[in-house]
Amino acid sequence: MLTVKPSRPRERGGFRIGTGAVAAVVPLLVAGIAVVLTWDSILSIRQFGLGFWSHSTWDPVAGVFGAFPFIWGTLYSSLLALILSTPIALGIAVFLSDLSPHALRQPLVFLTELLAAIPSIVYGLWGIFVLVPVVRSIETMVPPWLRRFPLFEGPPLGVGLLAAGLILSVMVIPFTASVAREVLKAVPPSQREGAYALGATRWEAIRMAMFYGRQGIMGAVMLGLGRALGETMAVTMVIGNTPRASLSLFAPQYTMAAVIANEFSEAADDLYLHALVEIGLVLFVITVAINTISRLLIWRVGSERA
Amino acid sequence: MLRRRLVSAAAVGFCVLSVVLALVPLGFILFFVLKEGLPALTFDFLTRLPKPVGEPGGGMGNAILGSSILIGLAALIAVPVGIVSGIHLSEFRGGRLATAARFAADVLNGVPSIVIGIFAYSIAVMPFRRFSALAGGVALGIMMIPIIVRTTEELLNLVPGTLRDGALALGATRARAVFTVILPAALPGILTGVLVALARIAGETAPLLFTAFNNHYWSVRLNQPIASLTVQVYTYAISPYDDWHRQAWAGATVLIGAVLLFSLLSRAVIRRLERMHHA
Repeated sequence: MLTVKPSRPRERGGFRIGTGAVAAVVPLLVAGIAVVLTWDSILSIRQFGLGFWSHSTWDPVAGVFGAFPFIWGTLYSSLLALILSTPIALGIAVFLSDLSPHALRQPLVFLTELLAAIPSIVYGLWGIFVLVPVVRSIETMVPPWLRRFPLFEGPPLGVGLLAAGLILSVMVIPFTASVAREVLKAVPPSQREGAYALGATRWEAIRMAMFYGRQGIMGAVMLGLGRALGETMAVTMVIGNTPRASLSLFAPQYTMAAVIANEFSEAADDLYLHALVEIGLVLFVITVAINTISRLLIWRVGSERA
Repeated sequence: MLRRRLVSAAAVGFCVLSVVLALVPLGFILFFVLKEGLPALTFDFLTRLPKPVGEPGGGMGNAILGSSILIGLAALIAVPVGIVSGIHLSEFRGGRLATAARFAADVLNGVPSIVIGIFAYSIAVMPFRRFSALAGGVALGIMMIPIIVRTTEELLNLVPGTLRDGALALGATRARAVFTVILPAALPGILTGVLVALARIAGETAPLLFTAFNNHYWSVRLNQPIASLTVQVYTYAISPYDDWHRQAWAGATVLIGAVLLFSLLSRAVIRRLERMHHA
């Protein structure tokens, strides 16, 4: 019997290798960032070890560097942003996937995308001149008995963790909302149809769909968290830039990204520079980890559909 | 049943409220930027050098030129790398390298811009002991790459497989099929990817603070520090001078205009593409 070999005429793999060499740049960049940042923070890593992350003194003049207030401020402000933004972002995702009249959908998608397109520096400018005064007047309205709680301690400055959390939550909403909407769209129609067939209300059917896509929705929320952790300019402009960890929402604090933005070009000696790069390195590691997890969660929902 | 209906109505109401809650800040931001920025957006602002503290007037002409140069440099670095990588990802979808590169692009897309700035500082500022336009372009270029890679890949995947089959059946090599048939079909889409990436980096400030740095004068030299609109807006915003605040708002107006222009252009192209493929 005649067998036909599938032939690839004049195919010598040059095309694959050529384009592959360029595509390899992308993973090499990620690896390069890890290597270069580690190399350039080696002085700080050697000198302070893990204590770098638990000590609170940040004194460039004395050469003492402890980054606890920055990691605290980053985690606290991002967590606050997540708490404020997640319900709203999911509400938007549900509205756009299940509830919106057809004519409204495209314009609303465009407007939420616009929210993501506004540059961070413009958010910051608006934060300084519009949001911070509003936050300050809200803070002055807080009654004295409430002020005794650690959460609301301190003078009403306007700048501080609350302002940062608010502005971050607005900035994160479009990212979480758009991924969550994709996830809800990817849920097979049979899930909602089945729920309706059993007599479910509209909300109960949507809840079924959300439960089905829960991993993807987790991924969407984590993607938003990744954005919040690394956000720089807007936060720098409203958080008050004070390296003192505090529970208070009203207290001016500091974040990892903000201290790099403020002090990097002024870092006079090598140890100071290396300490700042180490903060960048950890920011890199945290965001890569969070993005990896969220991608895996989102991909899994996508592939189940296929 | 009534309780369940009420819960359902409340949940639907919350979703509507969410949309309103997100649109309120958007409206406020656009309103304030236009209200404060438009009156300060004069011809002088667009063409003059900044004046020293205390002297009224002056503008951000050099910063607008600087931003254009930085964005151009970034595109020059990112577009070739991004498109060729995107081709590889689309053509050799299942390959190990393609999977790794796709994943790396998504990861790189999530790396904070300030971290990219540190990397650019280490590879393009430290060796020369000097802030430079080139270093700023490198930082922005690295940010553009993953966006272009992923959009190029997605849009090439949209090109019907029959086109490729036809080309291969006529005896074309894979490279020839890609460059003469598939790529031209996807070109408007790839342009969109570039526009989306431009919109994303046009407003970046953090990675420029310690790469391109700033410059008070006109400069087109790539090995010298260069002014940029975003860094200038930042400097003016945190200054204590009213006149500078006005100029910061005007700068923000220009920024929003540029970002909006890139976004609207890309949307227009996407619309046309969708219509083409559905027809």
